[in-house]
Order: sequence, then C-alpha cells, then structure tokens
Amino acid sequence: LGVLGCTDDLDQVPKYEDTSANIYKDFANYKSILAKAYSGLALTGSQGPEGNPDIKGGNEGFSSYLRQYWQLQELSTDEAVISWTDAGLPNLHSMDWTSTNQFIEALYYRIFYQVAICNEFIRETTDGKLSERGITGADFEEAKHYRAEVRFLRALSYWHAIDLYGSVPFVTETDEVGSFFPKQISRADLFAYLESELTAIESELVPARQNEYARADQAAAWALLTRLYMNAEVYTGQGRYTDAITYARKVIDAGYTLEENFEHNFLADNDQSTEVIFPVASDGLRIQSYGGMNYILKGPIPRGKNVEYGIDAGWSGPRATKNIVDLFPPIGSGIDEREMFFTEGYTLEIGSVASETDGYPIIKFKNITSTGQPGSHVIFVDTDFPMFRLADIYLLYAEAVLRNGQGGSRGEALGYVNDLRERAYNNTSGNITDGQLTLDFLIDERGRELASEAVRRTDLIRFGRFTEDTYLWPWKGGVENGRGVESYRKLYPIPQSDLIANPNLDPKVNGY
Amino acid sequence: CCSLLAQQIVKGKVTDENGAELPGVNVLIKGTAVGTATDAEGIYSLTVPADQATGGVIVFSFIGYLSEEVAINGQTTVDMRMIPDILTLGEVVVVGYGTQTKKDVTGAMVAVTNKEFNKGQNVTADQLIMGKVAGVQITSNGGAPGSGSQIRIRGGSSLNASNDPLIVIDGVPLDNDRTAGSPNPLSLINPDDIESFNILKDASATAIYGSRASNGVIIITTKKGKAGDKMQVHFSSQGSVSKVVKTLDVLSADEFRAVVGQYANAGDKTRLGTANTDWQDAIFRDAYTYDNNLSLSGAFKKIPYRLSVGRLSQEGILLSSKLERTSAALNLNPTFLDDHLKVNMSLKGLMTESQFADEAAIGTAASFDPTQPIRADYPAYDGYFEWIQGNGNPTGLAPRNPVSILSQQDGRADVKRSIGNLQLDYKLHFLPALRANLNMGYDISESDGTTTLPATMASVMLQGGTHNVYTQKKQNNLLDFYLNYVKELPGLHSKVDVTAGYSYQSFTTKNPASYTLSIQNEGDTLNRVEPVELKNVLVSFFGRLNYSFKDRYLLTATLRRDGSSRFSPDSRWGTFPSVALAWRIMDEPFMQDVKGLTDLKLRAGYGVTGQQDLGATSQGYYPYLARYVRSNAEASYLFGDTYIRTLRAQGYDFNIKWEETQSYNVGIDYEFLAGKVYGSVDYYQKKTKDLLAEIPLPAGSNLTNRLFTNVGEVENRGVEASVNVKAVERGKFAWDIGVNATYNKNEVLRLSKTANESSAGIEVGDIGGGVGNRIQIHTVGYAPYSFYVYKQVYNEQGAPLEGVYEDLTGDGEITADDKYRYHNPAPNVFLGFNTRLSYDRFTLSMVARASFRNYVYNNSAANAYFSNVSQSGYLVNISAAVYDTRFVGPNDANRQYSDHFVENASFLRMDNINLSYHVGKVVKEKLDVNVSATCQNVFVITNYSGLDPETSTGLTNSFYPRPRVFTLGLTLDF
Repeated sequence: LGVLGCTDDLDQVPKYEDTSANIYKDFANYKSILAKAYSGLALTGSQGPEGNPDIKGGNEGFSSYLRQYWQLQELSTDEAVISWTDAGLPNLHSMDWTSTNQFIEALYYRIFYQVAICNEFIRETTDGKLSERGITGADFEEAKHYRAEVRFLRALSYWHAIDLYGSVPFVTETDEVGSFFPKQISRADLFAYLESELTAIESELVPARQNEYARADQAAAWALLTRLYMNAEVYTGQGRYTDAITYARKVIDAGYTLEENFEHNFLADNDQSTEVIFPVASDGLRIQSYGGMNYILKGPIPRGKNVEYGIDAGWSGPRATKNIVDLFPPIGSGIDEREMFFTEGYTLEIGSVASETDGYPIIKFKNITSTGQPGSHVIFVDTDFPMFRLADIYLLYAEAVLRNGQGGSRGEALGYVNDLRERAYNNTSGNITDGQLTLDFLIDERGRELASEAVRRTDLIRFGRFTEDTYLWPWKGGVENGRGVESYRKLYPIPQSDLIANPNLDPKVNGY
Repeated sequence: CCSLLAQQIVKGKVTDENGAELPGVNVLIKGTAVGTATDAEGIYSLTVPADQATGGVIVFSFIGYLSEEVAINGQTTVDMRMIPDILTLGEVVVVGYGTQTKKDVTGAMVAVTNKEFNKGQNVTADQLIMGKVAGVQITSNGGAPGSGSQIRIRGGSSLNASNDPLIVIDGVPLDNDRTAGSPNPLSLINPDDIESFNILKDASATAIYGSRASNGVIIITTKKGKAGDKMQVHFSSQGSVSKVVKTLDVLSADEFRAVVGQYANAGDKTRLGTANTDWQDAIFRDAYTYDNNLSLSGAFKKIPYRLSVGRLSQEGILLSSKLERTSAALNLNPTFLDDHLKVNMSLKGLMTESQFADEAAIGTAASFDPTQPIRADYPAYDGYFEWIQGNGNPTGLAPRNPVSILSQQDGRADVKRSIGNLQLDYKLHFLPALRANLNMGYDISESDGTTTLPATMASVMLQGGTHNVYTQKKQNNLLDFYLNYVKELPGLHSKVDVTAGYSYQSFTTKNPASYTLSIQNEGDTLNRVEPVELKNVLVSFFGRLNYSFKDRYLLTATLRRDGSSRFSPDSRWGTFPSVALAWRIMDEPFMQDVKGLTDLKLRAGYGVTGQQDLGATSQGYYPYLARYVRSNAEASYLFGDTYIRTLRAQGYDFNIKWEETQSYNVGIDYEFLAGKVYGSVDYYQKKTKDLLAEIPLPAGSNLTNRLFTNVGEVENRGVEASVNVKAVERGKFAWDIGVNATYNKNEVLRLSKTANESSAGIEVGDIGGGVGNRIQIHTVGYAPYSFYVYKQVYNEQGAPLEGVYEDLTGDGEITADDKYRYHNPAPNVFLGFNTRLSYDRFTLSMVARASFRNYVYNNSAANAYFSNVSQSGYLVNISAAVYDTRFVGPNDANRQYSDHFVENASFLRMDNINLSYHVGKVVKEKLDVNVSATCQNVFVITNYSGLDPETSTGLTNSFYPRPRVFTLGLTLDF
C-alpha cells in the first residue's frame, strides 16, 4: 500500500491548480492573470458561460459586472423601464430600492471583487517581487505595463464605487488577503486617491493606441480622469473642469477619429471602430456569459425577433420613456441616425411599467457585423461594450468649457459637437450655432449620442435632474407622471449584507 | 455411584422467536459446569446430575438473545423458544478500534442488529434503522431511487461544514462525499448484507475517531460465517410497488382560466389553451421494484465464509428514473496458529446503473400551464407542446414541457465500487495479553455518466442538441495499526485494557475534464469543464485506556491526535481527548436486595472532537492555499486577436483550522424485571467553537465574497430517552414496544467574524421565486437557521393583508430592520415508536415517528399571487394557496418574507407496517419459509399545508414526493 509514509503526506497541493508561490515564477502566467482582471468586467466566472462563479450567492448571470452597471445606470433614469418582476428590479425605476436589493448588492460585490483581484496582482508584481522571481529584461518591462493596467482597472472599479455608492470600504494592495474589516473611506478621500493613482500610472501605461486591442493604454486613463474631473463637483463639492479639459484634450490629441458610420460602433465587429478608447470585449465562442453584453444586447430586443439581430431570441426587457424619444426629430423621419427605437407593436406612452410593450425599446447593439453577417454564435454575442469612446470625450470637453473650465475654447467645443451632429445627420443640417451651445443642449445631446451606454444616471446627477422634481419622466418615483425623490437616492446604499459583515461601515455617511 | 445411576437425560429443541432452529445455543445447569450446546438442528441433549434432576435449573443462553432459565422439575424434554435481546449484557458491541462487552461500555451508544431492522423495501442502509434510535434523526431525501437520507445524530454540531456522521463499514471509514452518478454513499451497500449498526453518540465514545467524529459514528458490521457451521443458504426476494401519495395543490385548468382572465396582461390572455392537463399526474407513475438476494454461509474446512449476491431493480415514481444494482460480498474470517491469528477479509463489490430523471421537471410540472396539452402538432419538438415564438423558436425563459424533459432527456450513469479490507489480529505467543491488529482497506469507485438532450428538446434546440460526458474516479486508502494489552490485576480488583495505534487515510477524487458535445455537428465541443484532482490525507495517533475496578467502577480515557492536509502546517494538528466514567450501581452489594430492578448503570463522559470536512471541492480540500484556477476556453478574454484563458486567484483563509466540539454526556442505563423493561436516559451538551461556515466576507477583504472560515460558536443541548417493554410474553403470544424520545435545542453563542455582537447575523437559506433571496439567519442568541421574516398583518377575518406588515421598529416605514427571527426548521422534540406483536407464526411490526415544532417555509405558497400567472410571453400555474391569501402582487417585494408562509410542520408519520408469517419447514423439512407484506409511508398527520412536512432544510419548493410503498417478501433458508 505504501501508505506507512507518514506526516509528510499532509502537504497536499491541487494537481490542476497552482499556488501563488509558484504561479508568479513563470512569466507566461502573468498574461492569464491580467486577462482575469479584465474579464471580471465581462464574465461571471472561470467556466463559461456559467458554473464556477467569481462571487457566490444568487444567480450567476445576474452577478455580471457589466449587466448590473448598465442596470443601475439606466433603469433608474428616463432611458429605461423594465417589466420583469425579479425581486428588486421594479424598484430601480420607482427609485424606492432598499439595502437588500440584489442588483445593488451584485454590482457592489463585483466592484470589490475587481478591487481584490487587482490588489492581489499588484501585490505580487512589485519590482522587488519580480526581481526575486527572476522576471527581468523585456518581461520585467512588460510586467510593469500589466501592473499599471491592473491599477487602471482597480481605479475604474473604484470610480464606479465613488459614483454609485459614495463612501465605501477601502482596500489596497497593502491589505493582506484575509477576513479583516476594511475601513470606510470618505468620498473626498477616495476622489483624491483615484486622482493620484491615475496620474501615477499615466507614464507606466502603454502610449495611446499602441496597446493590444481591449487592453488599457494611456488614453483609457485620460478618459477615466476626464470623467472623474467632470463629476468632481458631485463627489467633493469642488469643480475640476479645468483638469477635465486638460485630460479630454489629451485623449482628443491621441489620434482617435469618429467612426464614419455611427452604427458601426455597436455591431459585432465593433472591435474595428476607430472611436472606441476602451472596450469591454465579448465573443460568442470564447467569452460566454449570461450577463455582460449578452444582456445589454438582447435585453431590449422583442421576443420573437432574432435573425435580424444575430441572436436566438430577444428578451423584451428595457424600454425607453418618451423623454428620450422626444429628444429626436419625429420618429421614423430618419433625420438623426442615432434614433434607434423599435416601435412596431409598442406604444410611446407607458401606461404600465409591467406591460412589456409600453415604451419604445432602444435597439442600439446588434450581433450582426457591419457587412450584415451574423456573429459567431447564436446564443452568445460578439459585440463589445464601448466603456469610453471619443464622442463622449468631445461632449465632456464641450461641457467642461461651458462649466467654466480653463484651457479650452467655445469654438473648439462647438466644432466637436457639430462633428457629432454632422455624422448623425449625414450633412450639416443638424449643426448648431454658438448660441445654441448650452448645458441644456448638451445633456440632451448626450441623451441622443450616448443612449444605452450606461452614462445616463451619472449625467442626470451632474445636471441636477436625477432626484429633483424639476425634471420628471414617466414612472419616476413610482408614479405615472413622475415625481421628485429624496436626494440621498443619488447614491445606492451599501448592501445590508456588508453592513452586517463589516462593522466599520456606516450607511448614514451616504445619507441612508 | 448412586448419583451416577440417578443421572437423567434432558433433551429438547431450541428455536428462535420465529420458530427457526437455533444452533450453538449454550445449555447449562445453573451453578455447575455441566453443559452442552445445540446442534445444527437446534437439538440438545444434556446429562443432568441426580442432585439437579428436580431442583436444578437449565440456563439457555445465546448471543443476541435473552438468557432463559427453566426449572427441570423432573422433566425429560425441555424445548425453548429464545427471545432476542438488544441489551444482553454479555453482548459484544463494536467500538472504534476494538470491541467491548455491553456492560463495560462507558459512552452513549446503541446497537441495532438485523433482528430489529425495519422491514420492507429498504434499498439504502439508513432506512433499516429509521425511528429506532433516540437522538438519531433520519430524514429521507425524497422519493428518488436510492436517494437515501440525511442522518443527524444529536442535531449536528456544525453550521455548514458537514453534519453527516462518520460511517465505518467493517473497519473502513467511508468518506461522506457523494460519488458522481450515485445518489448517496449508503446506497452502495446492500442492506441485506448488514448484521448490525453500532451508533456512537457522545464524544467519549467517538473521540477515538477524533477529527471525523463530531457528528457521531455509525459502525456497520456485515454478516459473516461461523466456524464449524455447515453451509446455510438464505434467499430473499421482494417485490414492491410505489405510489404517489400527494402532489402539490395547484390551480385546476378551469380555476387557472378564471385567474388568467382576470389578472393576466392582454397578450398573455390570448395564450390560454383549451386542454385540461394535470401535469403532475403526467410525470408520475406507479413504480416497481424487485430486490433479490442470495447468500451462502458456513465454514469450508476451517474457513468460515459468507458469500452473497444481490440484485435490485428500482424504478422511481418520476418517469424514467431507475436504479439497477448488482452487489456481491465475500467475508472470510479464518483463524490460524491455535487461534492466535485471526484474519478477517472482507470484499464488497457493487455495480449500479442509474437512469436519472431531471428532477427540475417536478417543479416545472407544478407550475406548467394546465390549459396546454402534453402533445401538440409541433414536429420540431417531437410532438410535444412547448412555448414558442412566432418564428417557431422556443420562447426565452419559458418553462419547458415537463413530460418532454423526462421522456426526451437521457441521463445515465454507471458506477462501480469496491470496498475491501484485510484485518490481521495477532495475539502474541509469548504474551497472549498483547494483541497486534493491522487493518488495510480501500474504497474505490469509478463512475461514467452521459446526459443526452436531443435537438427536439426546447432547452437545447438552438444548439442542435447536446451530449454531455463525465467520469469520476475515487480512491480512499486506509491503514490502521494498533496494539492492545489486556491485564487482569486480581490483587487490585482491577482490569486494564490499553490500546495505542496509528492510522493513515487518504481520499482521492479525480474528475477528468468533462465535455458537452454537439449532436448536430458531431465532434464539436460546446463546452468543457476543466479537470479536477483532489487529495486529502488524515494522519492520526490514538490511544485508549479502559480501566475497571471491582467490575463496577469503569473508566475509559482516549486521546487522538489528527493531522489534516486541509489546513496549513501551522494549524493542521488537532488533539482530541475524552474521558468517561461509569458506575455499575447494580453490582454494588447494597443493590442485591432491590426487587424488580435488574440492571442500573450511571455513565458520565466528556470529550473533544473535530471537524474538517468542507466538501469535495478544491476550495474544500485546500482552503488555506492561495490557489490560481485556469478558466475553460469559453471563459477566455481577448487581447489583440488572441483569446487567453484566464487564471483566477481563489479566495482563501490561511488561518483556517479545526472546528472543535466539546461535549458532555450523563446517562443512565436501566433494566427491570430481567429484561422485561429496559432502556436508557441521557442528557447531553455540545458546544462547537471555531465553527466552519461559509459566510459573506467584508467586501474587499478577500478574493471572493463568501468563504469558509472559522466564525463562532453554537451549542446543542438535549435529553434523549428510550424505553423498551416486553409487554406480553405468554405462550405463543408476545408483544414488544420500544419508544424513544429526543429533545434538542440549538443556539448560536457567538459569531466572531462580526465584531459587533448586536449585528443582525449571517443570512442563509436561498429561496425560489427571486434570485439571491434568503429567508434564514444565524444570529447570536437564536437557533441557527432561524427564519428571518416580516410579521404579517391580518384582517379581522384572519386573512393576511397584502403588503401589510408590522412596523416593528415603529419608524413609520417597513425596512429590512422590521424583520424578526421566527421559528427554525429543527424540531424541539422528536419521537420514534416501534412495536412488534407476534402470535404463533404471525408477526406484526410497526414503526412510527413524530416530530414537534419543526417549522417549514412553504415556498410554493409564497410565490402564489394571482398576477404571477402572467409572465409576458407565457403563463405559469401557481399554488392553490393563493385562495387563502388572495394576494394579487407583484409589487410587494416583501411578500416572500412574510411569516405567513412559515408553518408549523409538526407531524406524525407511520413509516412502516409489516406483517410476516413463518410458514415453517417445507420440502422434507429442509426448507424454511417466511413470507411478509409491508406498507411504508403509510400516513402522515400534520397541519402543514404543503406537500410534505418532513424536510432536511426547512425550505420546500419542488420536492421529489415520498411514495407509499407496498412490498411482498419471501425468504427461504435451507
């Protein structure tokens, strides 16, 4: 039997898995660990499409980062209502969510999952540890790029945290893995941390447009800094529009160009877009999940519609309120090609949120290529999610100028806005004059240009239109004609489960 | 010489309680050395000295039976019918690493032998002792073939590490993990091969098994041949039919039409069909089971043997589920070297072929639209009705036709398993008091499974059908070695019995990569699950001292030191001591004159046991290691134009360590009227600290959000009592009654991972009807798994008001803070009752169980609100409980947390009624025949409104109903 050998046999290690002590000795593994940090935005676990989730509790597809980021940014606004009755889902649009809402909880744990795995990578790839493990030369330089990208990804998630949840628990690579109680960081301190992180990694990232597709470069960090500074007043009470202009300018100067055909940014081959600064990749065969783009793309498509969108079936989910429809020239006129409502069998008015045909769905994303070919798989989609794209930076630049940021010019701002208008109208008929370039115009233009791209909630808050009773949409606050809600609803609550698990957390800091 | 002349011969025949001849019975003249034993026909002949011929008394004794005394009074023929006895004091009971006589036992333990086993269709071993033993709660997992039971000894001591007892078969401890493709570890033992169960309940009895003993130990001994016996052949055959007793009460087709007409949205109203289908009726059937067993036992030359083969064919009541089991077992137990070397060789082999039904069909059948037909003109779906869209594709998210799920899906698994061991017990020639025992054992299994879903099934239609292939290999190895020294010290009125040993066990599981293949494009891999290989090693050193003084003051002390590969080198060793004292009060001189009382023993024990079983996953086997897991190809990420499989850092807790249970036990064993009334009473207290539980971690602190870690303390306290009465023993008529009762209370004492002890606690208990919703909570000061709910408000007529709950905090709104802790699923009291009435050749036996104040969350009632029928694109049925609440929904997010749906599920269940008739000898007096008829799951009395009040979790949604089983049995012996 050969089992008399005794206590040494107690040191067992898994056969098909490796431990951190070994894994970082082989540089070939680094890229796979880096890929995990990126894929945390797109996938739900290590077994596609499901079966070995990163975070536990509840439905794996529901736990998707991108899916819940989209829901929390869209369903609470005029861009989306949904008829599904999953517990807590109707509450997102009626704005009466609680701290036990499963969707609010899912994104929260996703954000901190990203933070934790990024911390782990950063901790294991310090210059000292790299040298110790014999990672030298080109590998060493490459590892430093990886590390900077992971710091970017961590910053991206902390940015989602500061934007959606406010004051949150704070952990960095200096905290060891365990079961300690992280301290809560104030929104202002988290803002300062994000600013310092993103400026610190600027020089360590690969120059703009020089990295492999789907990996972050300097422009990704600049785009994130632009968004961070644009919303600084919301986060800290202190406007930082001059800095927003500085970083928007860096992105604009990096060489991105508007994709000629607006629609091509949202198709199965949108990895070819010249406009996308940072995407979340998706693939029907190799990046499979029941969240992510699979939800964002199929969600609004009506049941029974499939071939024309390159999918198995639509889900009859989110529909827009008439506030968004009204931003466009008359429906069906085709004047503004950004108008992507599906109207057949639907009504403009939303008599009942629970009726799946009330309100026009926005079908912006399709699993069809620019040449009309279907994606690689009928159930899972190829279309990537544009987290940052040039058009958004143009509009942020213009807005920062209007908000008295220094270093830019109204003339340039008008030029960028009209670039977008010309593309949308395919001629100059939609162009605006300097007099028309107002903040009110810009929020509407963002609604037209960036609908369904998960920016609406942040935009409405920045423009004072989210909880206030001065701007209403159907069923805002759970009533048909809309109503204002408590101002603390500008933030989502820290989930009850973490308040229980971590006694350092105080929900009152965020107004709850 | 006069006395010689006066010698007298007494002859007679000894039979067992069924009238079968009993060979090997000792027949002695009381107070003398004169005696003999019965032969193979149960006949004895005894030469009685003259001085005993009238005043003498013959004593009949046999292991497992009550001793009987008969005054000779000049008789020349004395026949005897022996009565079985579980509490025969001289009985040898099996304890860890050895045996003891019953009277010397200091711990809380119960032996159940095959004479007392439940009768009827018992296809898994646990069913043999259901309801028989105080403190042992056996809950069957539902009605699937071979699905077995959850066994809890004294309530379980962990929160969510394993609460399963350790099962040891012929000296080989099994691992509790499920073998792929087989439903339950005990489903792989043929119940017909089992001789006895010895159930060790308190720590002083179990601590010798250290780290695996916190939840009690069940030692199963299989049947063996006896030295000197000629070959005996035993054949048994049973045929059963299982019938569905009850299905979920849902809306009828007409009720459904009315509800849809009133509450569904306009689009869905048009989807109503014209059929009247009882879907639950359509998926269940009467199921037939055949179980045949043949055994040969005896001694070949000097080698006692028992060889058995068995064949079970069991259908499930759910369409298409089936289990076929072929088993063989061989026991050889020869002795050599003038009985100095005893050898026990045991080999068991088993093959099962299972056909699995997709049990999701049960829940689907309860909720499928009753106005739709089973079959429709849908050739693409093989003629089954399905919810489809305009283009003929299946409607997204809609349920699939449950009959199609069962008829079209083909899930099969073959499992081969072998358990064996060789035990050498050598009594040293130069020092017979010293014995060396070497035990080498293995438990190997191999599973191969396939699941085929044809393209005509709606769930896989768009993928063109799928074919899934999986395999698993498990191998557990065991090596025990111990020395045992027994010394009588007459000068000190003492006896010392010392054992010291070493044990090594390894548990290996290999799951090679499994694949889901496309049927349409043969050879295409749709999905691959990465391979897993796990190994857990336990190394142990143990010792035991049994000391008795004047045969009535008994001490047992044990010590075990265990190392587990599950923990880091800093925390992997645990020490598990125990000590127990027993006082045989009855043997005190001052008790000799007490009338009626024939035995009395007081026991007290204390011990520490451990727990390290975190389940058969990588996380469970290597919880302290910082591991990285590679994704499958379908979970890659894109860099440039290359898809890269990812490496994920797993959550871990470097400091994770043993869960430890300290337990105290005080008990009394008593017997009145020479075995007419006997039993025991025990009080126990178990405190488990450093509990292993999977809890939500503070966000950001680890590499996942929920993880197994050491979290706190729980306490179990209880009293258990048993009484067995031989109420009548008069001629051909005998009546035995056994009753056992257990009171148990659990409480969470500490949850250390939340520093603030006033915090709400840890939410657990996932429920259906919304994703990620939990209904239970662990809170300090409350029972684990307490329901955490809103207090429903009722109107004056007692009907619940929809969406109205008590504002317990009084702040004017209903928030999560208004939840309170209600009851919990564990019963306060459970009872077991068994009785046996025999008259001549007839024996009637019954087993019943009762459970009090076990609460159940009625999940199907909680999802029953009128508007739930309308799902925008398809319709679903709901529980008829909706007529009690008349809830409309759906806008009450708190509905499913209403305490209205937590019900008192106390119950009384008649488990088993068996009538057997001993036909007696036929065919030239060679063949002994018994016939029997059994009904199992006879009835349940309960106020619970759902399907079945007996659940292991307190949560019910869809549940494989327990069938009522009628069995006819025949046994032949010759």
